[in-house]
Amino acid sequence: MSERAVGKASALRLRVRGQVQGVGFRPYVFRLAGELGLAGWVRNDGEGVDIAIDGAGPAIARFIERLPAEAPPLARIAAVEVLAQADEGGYRDFRIVASGGGALRTEVAPDAGICADCLEELFASGNRRYRYAFINCTQCGPRYSILRGLPYDRPQTSMAAFAQCPECLGEYTAPANRRFHAEPNACAHCGPQLALHDSDGRLLAGVDVVADALARLLRGEIVAIKGAGGFHLACDARNAAAVARLRLRKQREEKPFAVMFAGTASLAGFAAADAAAHRLLESPERPVVLLRKSADCDAALPGVAPGLAWLGAMLPSTPLHYLLFHEAAGRPAGSDWLATAQPLVLLMTSANPGGEPLVTGNDEALTRLRGIADVFVLHDRDIVARCDDSVLRLIAESPSPVPSAIPLPAPVPTPVPAEMSVLASAQVPSPAPGAAPSSATAGDPPFQFIRRARGYTPQAIALAGGGTAVLACGAYLKNSLCLLRGEQAFMSPHIGDLDNAASCVALDAAAMHLLDLLRIEPAVVAHDLHPDFYSSRFAAGFAAQRGLPCCAVQHHHAHIAAVMAEHRLSGEVLGLALDGVGLGSEGDEAGGQWGGELLRVSARNFARLGHLRPLPLPGGDRAAREPWRMAAAALHALGRGDEIAGRFDRPAAALLGQLLDDGRHAPLSSSCGRLFDAAAGLAGVSSVASFEGQAAMLYEGLAEAHGAVPVLADGYRIGSDGVLDLLPLLAQLADEPRPGFAAALFHVTLAAALADWIEFAAAQSGLRRVALGGGCCLNRFLLSRLRAQLEQRGFAVFEAQQVPPNDGGLSLGQAWVARHRLLAGEI
Amino acid sequence: MTHGSGGRAMAQLIDELFATSFDNEWLRQGNDGALLPTAPGRLVMATDAHVVSPLFFPGGDIGCLAVHGTINDVAMLGATPLYLAASFILEEGFPLADLARIVASMASAARDAGVPVVTGDTKVVERGHGDGVFITTTGVGSVADGVRVSGDRARPGDAILVSGTLGDHGVAIMSLRENLGFATVVESDTAALHGLVAALLAVEPDLHVLRDPTRGGLATTLNEIARQSGVGMLIEEARLPLREAVSAACELLGLDPLYVANEGKLICICAAASADAVLAAMRAHPLGRDAARIGTVIDDAQHFVQMETAFGGRRIVDWLNGEQLPRIC
Ligand SMILES: [Fe+3]
Ligand SMILES: [Mg+2]
Ligand SMILES: [Zn+2]
Ligand SMILES: [Zn+2]
Repeated sequence: MSERAVGKASALRLRVRGQVQGVGFRPYVFRLAGELGLAGWVRNDGEGVDIAIDGAGPAIARFIERLPAEAPPLARIAAVEVLAQADEGGYRDFRIVASGGGALRTEVAPDAGICADCLEELFASGNRRYRYAFINCTQCGPRYSILRGLPYDRPQTSMAAFAQCPECLGEYTAPANRRFHAEPNACAHCGPQLALHDSDGRLLAGVDVVADALARLLRGEIVAIKGAGGFHLACDARNAAAVARLRLRKQREEKPFAVMFAGTASLAGFAAADAAAHRLLESPERPVVLLRKSADCDAALPGVAPGLAWLGAMLPSTPLHYLLFHEAAGRPAGSDWLATAQPLVLLMTSANPGGEPLVTGNDEALTRLRGIADVFVLHDRDIVARCDDSVLRLIAESPSPVPSAIPLPAPVPTPVPAEMSVLASAQVPSPAPGAAPSSATAGDPPFQFIRRARGYTPQAIALAGGGTAVLACGAYLKNSLCLLRGEQAFMSPHIGDLDNAASCVALDAAAMHLLDLLRIEPAVVAHDLHPDFYSSRFAAGFAAQRGLPCCAVQHHHAHIAAVMAEHRLSGEVLGLALDGVGLGSEGDEAGGQWGGELLRVSARNFARLGHLRPLPLPGGDRAAREPWRMAAAALHALGRGDEIAGRFDRPAAALLGQLLDDGRHAPLSSSCGRLFDAAAGLAGVSSVASFEGQAAMLYEGLAEAHGAVPVLADGYRIGSDGVLDLLPLLAQLADEPRPGFAAALFHVTLAAALADWIEFAAAQSGLRRVALGGGCCLNRFLLSRLRAQLEQRGFAVFEAQQVPPNDGGLSLGQAWVARHRLLAGEI
Repeated sequence: MTHGSGGRAMAQLIDELFATSFDNEWLRQGNDGALLPTAPGRLVMATDAHVVSPLFFPGGDIGCLAVHGTINDVAMLGATPLYLAASFILEEGFPLADLARIVASMASAARDAGVPVVTGDTKVVERGHGDGVFITTTGVGSVADGVRVSGDRARPGDAILVSGTLGDHGVAIMSLRENLGFATVVESDTAALHGLVAALLAVEPDLHVLRDPTRGGLATTLNEIARQSGVGMLIEEARLPLREAVSAACELLGLDPLYVANEGKLICICAAASADAVLAAMRAHPLGRDAARIGTVIDDAQHFVQMETAFGGRRIVDWLNGEQLPRIC
């Protein structure tokens, strides 16, 4: 755009695209125009925000400059375009006008934690929203979770049930007000109300809900609390008996729980958090952040995350959570108390009994959580779309953060009519969605998703190119869906493991909800190769119903493709998939159970350059739940099968050697996850896992606690066929009596082996870019070392960041592969 | 056993073996087919090819299995089985002694069941073109008027009963094949179930569904019925009758006993109101001593078969395309 073009125009039409509705964008435009003395109007329409701006040339130029730079925190601007045809102008003032129509292609904002202004009001005794649990404004509050359909207007949300009182309506209609068109705007007179119910579901009338709930928490009771995207089960995390009771009632033996602190000042003594971690915790997304535990964390929070190196911590996300801490602090005025250490620590775990989806409804909570919760904190604002807590981790060790100059997504590719042809597209820098939380500063190290949901759903991930719309259905565990629309990828919130009907039904519902909300009509449906996953069946059914083609994507191709998609990599890369078990492509003589793969990957295809030396899985999936079996498999592979019966105190130990000899019930697998299980099992760590990945997590914790050791020389061999054999390392571990040393030795040697392996493949293929994917990539002790070694050797290394590296991010890769195959005419 | 020159003599030998073993008035007619009197009610016909390795296993062999399998298929329509036909495909070189043992077992199974083998055929294939012996049996039976047992008649609210312990046959086969020395020998449950069916129909003529959960086990059979009837099913893990030895074997092998084959069990789905009476009749019969009411038919557009686990969760008991493939990533 030339200066002169702007300088001469008396009136201009601007188009702002991206996540610009429901985030206070129009009042912001109104204020900015007023400040600069400009006239005109602003409105929402189907494509985003439409602005007519009239006034002096220099003022208009400043307006265009400041518009993206000073945008509200929840806004994510994809593009500001100056439309070719000048506006006729002649306005006397600046107005916010009624919404225009048009194809609905805007984005939906995620839920946001309470903002600083609302927090001040919440604790100001003179404020009319003092201690009101549903305070919000255009800068904070629920969005995605209360939205039934677009456009984002109050009648389309679950706030439709509440008519605003005159005072609230005054705020809602005053363009300069922070609550102008804050769709969930409410106060104690007109808005949602809290209610307390006992364990039998009876309403406890006449109580101060917050005070009573806190008193019960402090007494050790388990309280079900309705949060933003679903219910939590809460108890006093410092109370060992309460935590143990919750474990018993939730049938959750050892899996770690997340905890909520009043503020970052309260973390001391529990976990180490630097400034970057503080910013992530305090971001509007309010995720659970995995922090390195302090030495006495396990003693201070007994039973919360026993034996693990990491603690999942979060800050309050809703006003209700803050009110509990406020009550515990003696209802102090203002918000300064949050900057001092508060003793209360709440265990907050998703209310998802039996691994089923998170409970969202009041009646559902009273029935499904009966016998688990002692008391229920309910309210009458419905949760429309379920959204679990997001879980992230900073990749602090990583020396190469997300490239700062991310190419921006081009505007949504809508055919532009002649009279609206784009004169210039002032594409403004905005953080790549998900690449950095909105409040994080540019220098923050990157973070990695472990679970992507509340605060991030349904924020788009920007792809390098456009193409047909795609629906991808994921795999089996930690499932999520992915939808492609133009240059955007939308991940559904975490749906869960598809081993129960409720999760399968939730998958159906999430697919329909997102397709409808984002107005996406897929041209192809992608899924895993495994025929028995519900996601594969859903894909087939959905595609058949709509007459669409299906595209089965090999599991580890999809893992690597997901990394390529989010990093906008084209061409070919080396893909290292460090994973559990995924079905291999046909024609693999080893039985097709893959999981430690070195691949040459393009968007459409892959070639298997190498794999880990396969180990048998004695008892199939049972070997994944019982790491001692993998240890036995390792011994058997080492020719020491006769040690199995004496070494493991398990009923099946006596016959496992025979089972391995026969081989019929011990399919071979190149899985890296099972290699971890074998190593952990040899150290006697978690001989039977009580949750998925437990052995590997505990083993990482042991290595972390022990610290690095020198690599085992000759601990591995790389065959000319590309097979990486770590049996020599396992042989050493089989006779190593010190578990901590063994764990450290395993990790450092594996990292060195993987780096050499990649070097080997690079020499053959000439490829110098490496994408790392799969569930084992959550192991930072391994990955930070591997990454450092690869970078030292001059490789460009890419990891999953915007979606989880495990199966939670698989659908992104499936969608990306399916689109490219379709574009190439292969489907 | 040889083909070619000695083949003729051998064929005669086999014919004689069959004639003496299965001896009955229809075989004695000496025709290529059996001339049978008409039976009252509607006719039921079923056929089943039997391929099993090993041929002899604890509790039975391919011979009695071939008789029971087809009788059960006829019986699962609420019919009284009347006649059987059998055809054998023998691999050249198959030991005659083994054949004699199999035929004797078949004959005694047919005699015990009261269902004669009225016609049959034998072919010998070259060595390497068969797996010892394959036996195909076909059965004919008749259904009394008023009995309308069918896989599409499960209705929400109906009770799901199973006549005894699950997985015995499959585990018996596997423990032998995989050469696993279990402490307790599990025997195949192979049995003819028409007597049990008759006893159930005596207390409740309007049984909705009967089916024998053979290959693919209880899980596969319930999924078939759920789809056929357009319903869902909810079973309870704690109520499933399982032998301890079968549980232990399945745990070792990493198999879900719900998917392991049975050869002498039936699933019965009937109105909840008659469930107690039907269950009592089952338990009073020698083949139903360990019978249990394991769940309920429910309304479910997706036709899921779900199981309430011992820990209180619910998991899907999936329809599998083939083997139990690993899926934990
Ligand atoms: Fe995976
Ligand atoms: Mg059959
Ligand atoms: Zn606010
Ligand atoms: Zn109000």
